[in-house]
Amino acid sequence: MKKIVQTIKYEGDLDKGFKSWIEGIPGGEKLHSCIQCGTCSAVCPVSLYMDLTPRRLIDLSREGFRDEVLSSLTLWLCTSCYACTVECPRQIKVTEILYTLKRRAIQERVYPRGVPVPVLARYFYAMVRGTGRMSEMWLVSLVFMRTNILKALGMATLGINLLRTGRMPLKPDLIRDRAGLRKLLDSVQSGKKVAVS
Amino acid sequence: MKYSYFPGCSLKGTGRAYEESLLPVFKALGVDMTELDDWNCCGATAYMSVDEVKAAALAGRNLALAEKAGGDLMAPCAACYLVLMKTQKRLEEYPAVRGEVGHALGQVGLSYEGKVKVRHPLDILVNDIGVEVISKKVVKPLKGLKVAPYYGCQIVRPYATFDNQENPQTMDKLLRAVGAEVVDYPMKTKCCGGSLTGTLPEVGVSLVHGLLREASRRGADVISTVCPLCQFNLDCFQDRVSSNYEKSAMPVVYITQLLGLALGLPMKELGLHRGVVSVEPILAQRELLHV
Repeated sequence: MKKIVQTIKYEGDLDKGFKSWIEGIPGGEKLHSCIQCGTCSAVCPVSLYMDLTPRRLIDLSREGFRDEVLSSLTLWLCTSCYACTVECPRQIKVTEILYTLKRRAIQERVYPRGVPVPVLARYFYAMVRGTGRMSEMWLVSLVFMRTNILKALGMATLGINLLRTGRMPLKPDLIRDRAGLRKLLDSVQSGKKVAVS
Repeated sequence: MKYSYFPGCSLKGTGRAYEESLLPVFKALGVDMTELDDWNCCGATAYMSVDEVKAAALAGRNLALAEKAGGDLMAPCAACYLVLMKTQKRLEEYPAVRGEVGHALGQVGLSYEGKVKVRHPLDILVNDIGVEVISKKVVKPLKGLKVAPYYGCQIVRPYATFDNQENPQTMDKLLRAVGAEVVDYPMKTKCCGGSLTGTLPEVGVSLVHGLLREASRRGADVISTVCPLCQFNLDCFQDRVSSNYEKSAMPVVYITQLLGLALGLPMKELGLHRGVVSVEPILAQRELLHV
């Protein structure tokens, strides 16, 4: 028999403060003014792969469907191309709202399992704190070792091509004032606590 | 005019051909660039996904260093360009962020007043140097070379004011100025997939395929880019495109490589050998190879 699940939520189960929380974060101010025209979904280059299109994501966010929004694949498909932000007739900064949701999903660790994007973001964050720069190949190798070894093997041709054309430096790049950079980042008082492993 | 140069991490790695061609081109045009001393990673899209105020502090350190150095800050990478512009806007619009970032910078003896102008090479080439000046310096016009101008997303969206967001023209003008034939390329600002080619390749490679197919249908010999990630995605995943969709062998170069070629700079200095899909056969066919 088909599994029976509750597909409709009681209003009382929604997070009524979710909308004003988003609106309180830089870039989220205009969430309430969406007219649901769908321009964001139409111009989005990856909306056809999303579980929630940008238009639906915006609607569900302001109605308080916190869990659905934070666990959606949509957040990790967004490439930050800003097409939605530029085309929105209500000047809603859709890309920024997605960033706000991504940060909350990482904080609460509610992103979909097996999607390497949030893992990459956390490793990137840690790498920059340590070296001041991003070493592309080190970062990608770390992420694949953690998420999907088989995929890493599939990348072998790419690695060989990059080595052949001299585009893969094996030594990680460092800045001189690493201690200063760490001090700077640690001095941000509202800084988030992020576990990397 | 004085400029500080902010290479960003990619121009020291997978995108080194961009730096290799960019610096000699500016030098040939009489503009000296000094690399910003001890710059750090801009944070790209990933850092913003973790902590927004720290992201502003991270990019803020570069702005503070650039303000101390003086002059405009040139950022050739689309992600760096966007992040630096965005950080400036954020510091301007939100006093709370400005306060926190200012405090953090102060802890390491830095400060930022908001005076730095972040510039993209296309902006400098067209608006400071000028298309006519460039066309006068051409010694080897790129006659017969059909080029699809691909701007990608973050150069023109959402902050840039130097070009049109829907149908940018600066690269088109530069290509025409050096004698190339510009192919009408309606996907010029469509996203290349960013890091999705690595993380969710089933999505990323499909975007790459769409861009390559359109350039090829429009009769382009090469695609010209201005972003290291666009170049990387379009150039390095053509084997995947060939196995998943259709055969593809489209050379993808940086505009600065084409400009350098037209200015008669030595080919070796332009990093033209770094493409996974070699550009040399088509250059030979169009009789544009020189030493």
